[in-house]
Amino acid sequence: MSNEILKKTKLAPQVYDFIIKNEEIAKRAKPGQFVVVRIREKGERIPLTIADTYENSFRMVVRAVGKTTYELCMMEEGQHLSDIAGPLGNPSEIDYFGDVMLIGGGVGIATLLPIAKELKRFNNRLHVILGGRNKDYVIMLEEFENLCDELIITTDDGSMGIKGVVTDGMDLVMKNTKINIAWAVGPTIMMKFCSIKAKELGIEKIWVSLNPIMIDGTGMCGACRVTVDGKMKFACVDGPEFDGEKVDWDELLKRLSQYRDEEEISFGKFKEQVGDLSWL
Amino acid sequence: MALKPPAKKVRMKEQEPQERIHNFFEVALGYSEREAMEEAKRCLQCVHHPCVSGCPVGIDIPGFIKKIKENRFYEAVKILKYYNNLPAVCGRVCPQETQCEAKCVVGKIPGSEPVAIGRLERFVADWEAVNVKDNQIELPENKNKKVAVIGSGPAGLTAAADLAKQGYVVDVFEALHKPGGVLVYGIPEFRLPKSIVDREIAYIKSLSVRILVNTPVGRAVTVEELLQNYDAIFIGVGAGTPKFMNIPGTNLNGVYSANEFLTRVNLMKAYLFPEFDTPIRKGKKVVVVGGGNVAMDAARSALRLGAQEVTVIYRRTEQEMPARKEEYFHAVEEGVHFRWLTQPIEYLGDEKGTLIGVRCITMELGEPDKTGRRKPIPIEDSDFVIEADTVVEAIGTDANRFLLNQFKGLSINKWGYIVADEQTGATTLKKVFAGGDIVTGAATVIEAMGAGKKAAYWIGKYLEGEFNPWK
Ligand SMILES: Cc1cc2nc3c(=O)[nH]c(=O)nc-3n(C[C@H](O)[C@H](O)[C@H](O)COP(=O)(O)OP(=O)(O)OC[C@H]3O[C@@H](n4cnc5c(N)ncnc54)[C@H](O)[C@@H]3O)c2cc1C
Ligand SMILES: Cc1cc2nc3c(=O)[nH]c(=O)nc-3n(C[C@H](O)[C@H](O)[C@H](O)COP(=O)(O)OP(=O)(O)OC[C@H]3O[C@@H](n4cnc5c(N)ncnc54)[C@H](O)[C@@H]3O)c2cc1C
Ligand code: SF4
Ligand code: SF4
Ligand code: FES
Ligand SMILES: [Mg+2]
Repeated sequence: MSNEILKKTKLAPQVYDFIIKNEEIAKRAKPGQFVVVRIREKGERIPLTIADTYENSFRMVVRAVGKTTYELCMMEEGQHLSDIAGPLGNPSEIDYFGDVMLIGGGVGIATLLPIAKELKRFNNRLHVILGGRNKDYVIMLEEFENLCDELIITTDDGSMGIKGVVTDGMDLVMKNTKINIAWAVGPTIMMKFCSIKAKELGIEKIWVSLNPIMIDGTGMCGACRVTVDGKMKFACVDGPEFDGEKVDWDELLKRLSQYRDEEEISFGKFKEQVGDLSWL
Repeated sequence: MALKPPAKKVRMKEQEPQERIHNFFEVALGYSEREAMEEAKRCLQCVHHPCVSGCPVGIDIPGFIKKIKENRFYEAVKILKYYNNLPAVCGRVCPQETQCEAKCVVGKIPGSEPVAIGRLERFVADWEAVNVKDNQIELPENKNKKVAVIGSGPAGLTAAADLAKQGYVVDVFEALHKPGGVLVYGIPEFRLPKSIVDREIAYIKSLSVRILVNTPVGRAVTVEELLQNYDAIFIGVGAGTPKFMNIPGTNLNGVYSANEFLTRVNLMKAYLFPEFDTPIRKGKKVVVVGGGNVAMDAARSALRLGAQEVTVIYRRTEQEMPARKEEYFHAVEEGVHFRWLTQPIEYLGDEKGTLIGVRCITMELGEPDKTGRRKPIPIEDSDFVIEADTVVEAIGTDANRFLLNQFKGLSINKWGYIVADEQTGATTLKKVFAGGDIVTGAATVIEAMGAGKKAAYWIGKYLEGEFNPWK
């Protein structure tokens, strides 16, 4: 049966790697696309990136941040997700560019992986910067090592690579290589600063993968609207990738917090039911 | 005329306004058998039955009403179902006052109300649900031809059912996790309980129609695959993308499109949060922009979510308002405020990006425009602010490009809708038909069903080799 969790692996605290059975998505997904998942009957619809595809299954990497993602990360192999719709969103616009900079932070590293693989398939030279809070959160390192021409790790506490943030890595790459195109995927605040930095460094285009709140993922509701170049865009159908230098980041950051109170209630109630979650 | 029928419709019981604004249960409670038979007696069984011409699917209205009068409800069911696959839905949400009932002879008698055709239709469908256990339908022999239906709103479901009844293999593709289109994500529970939609969909499935949910066509399956694997295609994807006023502050937290607001409430059951996971802002002061049915649904949903004050602002007046009178009166009874001749010009927010108010401008009505409606014109320096923590814009929808962008060669009109022959539903592309809101722009459930029905008939003809406009 479809949507079965075939495999679940812990990558870092609160970060899990899933292989989900679904032939249709496996057949069609392209780098940059996502699915909308509803884990059970009373659940909400949440978007998650397709991190890889296999024969009859696909991969997604989930970071537990609230009710739904915690519940998902607590599901076991053999269980099924009620609904998965996808692939959705426009695939990344991949071509031969020469030298490409790729910046990944947190669980965004998983979103970056299929983009990196596809860029490599087009024979680009990859200059990759991966960032995390500490060494535990720099996930999927080996997979990137096999792909990159240059790899820089940054951690907030210096437990791996250089102590600093990914924008420091951008400076380092630019010292040796002229970059015209980049992808940055990670927390919104990281993508914002990467975009500012890219502008400073004269990088012509920096693609970012936006993660506004979504419901349907097909352009029907307008929940995912973002402002890009002064115009209203629906991230699910016009994106999710946009030119980072044109995104209204502050508006997006505010919109991401619009259900903070409700999310706390929902998560609080969940924790009452399941108890301590620090082990996850 | 020998016997003049009673002037008024038999009243239908309703939940009291003070009670119903605290729940999402259905407002109108339906007729009892006795009440239905009583109302059925008001029908004059006119030989020319003008009512039938007012129904987009041409139901034999005097026919089914006669069976009610004679206490032969099961036969009434059979008549209704012959014409209409979703009678329990239409009996509830059809704008009868502008369709069948508008043409009813009894309604033309001065001081008299038309026969309550909608309520009777609803009665029959609900009676069936309780009293008819196995309605085995004999399907004709399988014709071994396959039809793909894109979208499971009223247009798609009707086309699917009628095609299945003709013996075709039908697969319905639906983007969302639940079939029904606007019936499940738009129209609220208190007007159309979802259990009724589920029941009607179960019936359509019993005709061996396969419904593939979570399958947005254009991405999850490609148009090319469908063209390759099916003998004909029906597109019924609805209008389905929200318009925004696009005034300053549109992206503040607390500003919703009606589609988002209603989808959270209906499809995702946010009114049962946190039992259901999807959140919604439970506003205290809610402003709804617009004057149609969608605005009424949003306003009344906001009340039920617990708002202290709900104000509908509309740029024209009560007379021009397109909402059904019945729904407007329900909203007034429930305590929704209306401000006519008012248009929002800016949404005001605090430093966190949260909505705190709506700046509005007062309008006056000018000369009638092409459609005959008097055009609202802003009055200079008349702006004022309404305090609000939630706004729902219910100002209409546009054609969603999600599917159309992938459908090479399909002709689209200047408003973005599909060009399809009015009689047959045939598009400009071979073996592709279309109907419902994606052809007409936002319309009604029964018109979408009518379009699905016509298309199913002509798809059948096409598959039999008797119709081919693309030669
Ligand atoms: C295109 C896209 C791709 C994504 N890919 C991944 C991925 O591969 N892995 C991953 O771990 N996360 C991904 N996310 C983020 C993920 O959807 C959210 O973390 C998740 O919805 C949070 O749900 P929750 O109930 O666990 O947390 P909550 O406590 O409900 O929310 C935590 C935060 O997540 C965001 N959020 C909440 N609901 C939604 C929603 N319906 N849609 C989007 N964001 C929401 C809000 O900013 C919120 O403050 C992606 C988001 C988008 C838009
Ligand atoms: C809030 C509201 C209240 C209304 N109230 C009334 C009323 O009281 N009476 C009345 O008569 N009418 C009412 N209407 C109008 C009526 O609902 C519509 O005219 C009718 O539903 C149109 O039917 P449809 O089948 O064309 O499309 P829809 O009902 O819009 O259904 C289209 C379906 O197609 C799916 N879809 C879209 N794109 C794809 C794709 N690419 N792949 C697969 N599936 C896809 C959608 O998810 C949706 O389920 C109301 C509308 C709204 C929004
Ligand atoms: S389907 Fe609608 S228009 Fe037709 S008879 Fe029934 S209520 Fe009237
Ligand atoms: S027009 Fe009115 S009275 Fe005449 S048949 Fe139709 S419903 Fe009955
Ligand atoms: S998620 Fe609904 S329009 Fe994008
Ligand atoms: Mg959540």
